[in-house]
Amino acid sequence: MSRPAAGLPGEPPERFWLRLAWPLYGVAWLLAPWLFGDGLGLSLLSQIGIASIVCLSYNILLGQGGMLSFGHALFSGFGAFLAMHTLQRVAGGWPVPVSLIPLVGGLSALLLALLLGWVSTRRSATPFAMITLGLGELAWSAALMFPAFSGGEAGLTGDRTAGGAIGGWTLGPALQLYWLIAVYTLVCTLLMYGFTRTPLGRLLNAARDNAERVAFTGHDPHMVRYLAFAIAAFFAGISGGLAALHFEVVTADVLAGQRSGTYLLFTVLGGTGFFAGPIIGAIVMVLSLALFSALTPAWLLYLGLGFMLTVIYLPGGLASLATARFRQQLATQLRRAPAACLALVGAWLLMLAGLSALVELAYQWHLRSAMGDALRFAGLSLNAASPASWSGAAMVALAGAALARWLARRIATAATLQEAT
Amino acid sequence: MELFTLSLLNGISYGLLLFMLSAGLTLIFSMMGVLNFAHTSFYMLGAYLGYSVSGWLGFLPALVLAPLGVGLLGAAFQRTVLRRVQRQGHVAELLVTFGLSFVVLELVQLVWGRSAVDYRVPQLLDGPMATVAGIAFPAYRAFMMLVSLAMLAVLAWLMTRTRTGLLIRAALTQPHMVEALGHDLPAIHMGVFGAGCALAGLAGVIGGNTYVTEPGMALSVGALVFVVVVVGGVGSLAGAFVASLLIGVLQTLAVGLDMSLLSMGQALGLSPDPAASASRWWSLQLSQFAPVLPYLLMVLTLVLRPRGLLGPREG
Repeated sequence: MSRPAAGLPGEPPERFWLRLAWPLYGVAWLLAPWLFGDGLGLSLLSQIGIASIVCLSYNILLGQGGMLSFGHALFSGFGAFLAMHTLQRVAGGWPVPVSLIPLVGGLSALLLALLLGWVSTRRSATPFAMITLGLGELAWSAALMFPAFSGGEAGLTGDRTAGGAIGGWTLGPALQLYWLIAVYTLVCTLLMYGFTRTPLGRLLNAARDNAERVAFTGHDPHMVRYLAFAIAAFFAGISGGLAALHFEVVTADVLAGQRSGTYLLFTVLGGTGFFAGPIIGAIVMVLSLALFSALTPAWLLYLGLGFMLTVIYLPGGLASLATARFRQQLATQLRRAPAACLALVGAWLLMLAGLSALVELAYQWHLRSAMGDALRFAGLSLNAASPASWSGAAMVALAGAALARWLARRIATAATLQEAT
Repeated sequence: MELFTLSLLNGISYGLLLFMLSAGLTLIFSMMGVLNFAHTSFYMLGAYLGYSVSGWLGFLPALVLAPLGVGLLGAAFQRTVLRRVQRQGHVAELLVTFGLSFVVLELVQLVWGRSAVDYRVPQLLDGPMATVAGIAFPAYRAFMMLVSLAMLAVLAWLMTRTRTGLLIRAALTQPHMVEALGHDLPAIHMGVFGAGCALAGLAGVIGGNTYVTEPGMALSVGALVFVVVVVGGVGSLAGAFVASLLIGVLQTLAVGLDMSLLSMGQALGLSPDPAASASRWWSLQLSQFAPVLPYLLMVLTLVLRPRGLLGPREG
């Protein structure tokens, strides 16, 4: 008699953990400041909250609606600008609580999306991608044309304590702002999860999978996409407003196409097929922008390659690593040929180490006039000017690749043999 | 008037360059459904390869070798990467080309550095071809137009008069039938993808020295090429041609004919009152609008004619 270790009788453990996910997520936000409470940690946590709202909102379009947008920063950026303008007015005496300013950002982005959405959501896939790219570029170039709105190159600055204290809360200290962002993040995440369960959310999935059938059931897929576009923009605007409060400066960069590309990249990396995927993507985004970029000059190359590999080999993104199907497959492979599987992972790591040593050497060579030839890599001293370093790294990469290929074949053969018997 | 004519000629040469880019993009898109986000990355590669090869061997070899190299790279990408994600649908294909644009940008910066390279117009073609009322029309612009038009003619001949073109057109509309008749459809796809990239590379070789060869060039042209495709009608080559010329001329004229909205309003018979003329809007120069004009045109097209100028009928 094998009963699951946890959960209700007969309930698979998978569902048990799913029901616990929400309370755990809330507790994580509650406990995080005690674990990473220093200045940098709090700032990163706040940024993760902001990024997870915008990535989740992006996934309403991409994951739930099949609409690949290259212009999502238009809405988060517009929200940020309007929030900053409101903050500046608050300093001038407007009676708006600063804690509600992100809502101003959300509502203004919503209005903008209602204005622009109808023409851009007419079709979903490729035309939508091109149109949103164009709209994003339009907004970015237009923002620089009107310095009164965007503050020109320098951007707009504000002071989030301008509203004074409400109940002892000025939002000045990073911890107080963290709590505000945590509340917004949790509420927005809950609302966006709730949206996936509404009839409109289901219709959006249906319009993604087969728009024609949706039309036959009497719903207008264009209308469904339009509403989803507006809802996604609303949450993006809230995230922009929070970012305005967090950084206290908004430049035209928040509207740039690069920003939209970042949202796209990390949402896909996290996994568009799962509700929590974009949250994972947001965590990876903040950490890699803040920490990984300081670690190596080649990080954008790694990011681009990692993204391509994810799309090719792991279309479900990082979140799909946690699915039951993946774990079962992994367990099966491990049972069949445990030693070969472990050796395969080792060979992959060897290949990656060799390749990244090559990349690091190339960057060192490129920057040699400023940084010199010597390079520390994984505890080894390499030299970009010495052929030995280059050939050594290349040999490690090749050996890893050859070994991985051989082991993969062995595992495949073992699987075929076992299935045959 | 002479200034207007010169601006017009400049605009046409720019428009033809845009068409070289959008033609490859449209061809690839209508055959495989792949929106190649990295298309202008291949344009950038063409410019940088053109710069390097013309440094070693001269400009004419570069004009042949660089597009060839870019085309081979494109074909290799289609063969090794794009074919793998084909099963996952068009969104995955677009995403993978999006990732490629990052990688190409980084590699270009790694090889050629982060600032603009000194890619010059060859000596033979440097200098004015004709001087009209004291304003010179550069010989290289004329050369650019010549190359673009020659490319257009070759492409048209290839597509309409040869067996290869017949096969490509058949593969566009009836891919399954083409396959059933024993033609290698994946090979056709690879060839068309490579050819489209080679076109982008050629545009890079002749455009890189007229404009500027720098790592940001792919991104700045990229958005414009997408606008061309949307305005012309997604999937329509003729539409891409009209839209390229339209946008090229529009943008060049806006920069060339520098005047404020105020003087334009006065020329049109509007006479804003003096208080309004002091305001921000009226003092904006037309040239300041140049970067947004293509996008405004796109929004206008979407509102008035969603399928684009010459796009196929919807539904």
